[in-house]
Amino acid sequence: MGSLSSLYQDMILDHNRSPQNYGRLENANRRVEGHNPLCGDQLTVWLRMDGERIEDAAFEGSGCAISTASASLMTGAVKGKSRLEAEALFEQFRRLVTGVLTPGEAETMGKLAVFSGVSEYPVRVKCASLSWHALKAALEGPDTVVSTE
Amino acid sequence: MSATVPLVDPNPPARLPAPPIDVERVRQDFPLLHQRVRGKPLVYLDNAATSQKPQSVIDAVTRFYTSENANIHRGVHYLSERATDAYDQVREKVARFLNARSSREIIFTRGTTEGINLVAQSYGRPALKPGDDIVITAMEHHSNIVPWQLVCEQTGSRLRAAPFNDAGELDVDAFEQLLTDRTRLVSVVHVSNALGTVNPVKRLIALAHDRGIPVLLDGAQSAPHLGVDVQELDCDFFAFSGHKLFGPTGVGVLFGRESLLEQMPPYQGGGDMIATVTLERSTWAPLPAKFEAGTPMIAQVMGLGAALDYVMDLGFERISSWEHQLLSYATERVIGVEGLKLIGTAAHKASILGFTLKGVHPHDIGAILDDSGVAIRAGHHCAQPVMRHFGIPATARASFAFYNTRDEADILADALMQVRRMFR
Repeated sequence: MGSLSSLYQDMILDHNRSPQNYGRLENANRRVEGHNPLCGDQLTVWLRMDGERIEDAAFEGSGCAISTASASLMTGAVKGKSRLEAEALFEQFRRLVTGVLTPGEAETMGKLAVFSGVSEYPVRVKCASLSWHALKAALEGPDTVVSTE
Repeated sequence: MSATVPLVDPNPPARLPAPPIDVERVRQDFPLLHQRVRGKPLVYLDNAATSQKPQSVIDAVTRFYTSENANIHRGVHYLSERATDAYDQVREKVARFLNARSSREIIFTRGTTEGINLVAQSYGRPALKPGDDIVITAMEHHSNIVPWQLVCEQTGSRLRAAPFNDAGELDVDAFEQLLTDRTRLVSVVHVSNALGTVNPVKRLIALAHDRGIPVLLDGAQSAPHLGVDVQELDCDFFAFSGHKLFGPTGVGVLFGRESLLEQMPPYQGGGDMIATVTLERSTWAPLPAKFEAGTPMIAQVMGLGAALDYVMDLGFERISSWEHQLLSYATERVIGVEGLKLIGTAAHKASILGFTLKGVHPHDIGAILDDSGVAIRAGHHCAQPVMRHFGIPATARASFAFYNTRDEADILADALMQVRRMFR
């Protein structure tokens, strides 16, 4: 089960079991709901923006291990980043999970690189990307709903 | 003439049960089952989504396109006559399969969904007035909810749903209370695709008929597993899909009581469904052609005919008996997995094993099982109201057919143990 263990790496299982930044964010000024109608995954992402900077980020919802761990690591990764930095990271993440990022580039992504195995499972790309799509929408404006479809 | 020996024994011995299915031999008829997936032998347990096809079905479709293809009901040439004849013979076969009174009661459709939409639009829409009701259950597939919502919007009528309990059994008293003098139609699922519940449809039909209300049965999950007799059930409409019954995709059947079909306007307009057409008006062809506009799915109908031959030859007594044993065995095996909760524990179930696993999303269960070659379904099964009842987003569902084995149930249970170990 080579590729299965590359998909379900320990860090992903850990973040699924104990997600970080989980729960409603107090004083948030951005809130976006994300849906994956294919599997029923549903999550909410909150941001507290200080001008162009993401001061804090959190999420809540139900989803598979890939989607939950991705939201956990995403919220951790974008905290303190500027809007432009976070958008660049989203683009890099998108390339990572669709398998077009070189291994060298993936190494620069830190913990997020654990999602490289997703590229072998095309149907799981949406799981891994759901929270990122919500993040992108949240950066663009408050209170919207995004869907992976 | 002596009267001492009656011609018919008044106390016949209990009928001998049919000999059990020879599963290994039956599996030889299904070429797809003999492959490896991700390096493991395929264990196909997604039969409620679609079933695999015996070679005879594949051959029937291939033979049609190889040497029999022609359009039907219009050509005067040899091939067209033969194709027309073969198509009509399958209709007769479907009538025998369902024990319909006549093949005029058999309409070929694209599948169960189209059959329900046909009844909603051709029976429901003209009959429904503002304030009228359609009664369904809360365990319907979306295809037995949405067509009624559409017709409710068009007519100002209301859709009411009878609840079910935590075992997945319909509340028959609540169902009965929903039946009023405003109820125009009842449409219920025969076997629930998400829960496996076999509904007490004979009783529901009797309750509705007491009040003069016709009943449609969604037979998508019952036709492949139980013997269906529309006269014994006394249903007014019965819809099923060919592809869940070991036949091709793109073909299904709607049975309708002839007196009702006669009074219904056509569902779609086009060729083949008319008697005469002028630019001002048209008159309709007699049943069943009135409901089959345009060139139908001829090759798929040939495949469906072969599929019906296959299951009727095997016999539903044997099919149901083996599937029941399999479901009981698999259920026993999987409930040993720590944190596993069965979703759907009705006393009367068919073929479907739905469950959740504590701390593991069904999508992850599906992905990890797939790595062991086990194909199951994970999701809401197009039955979101059912998921809402249990307060869960999704379930994992293994669904069995007569070609599944005890070994496969063991592989399922072992793979679930592996999931459990991964998600400690």
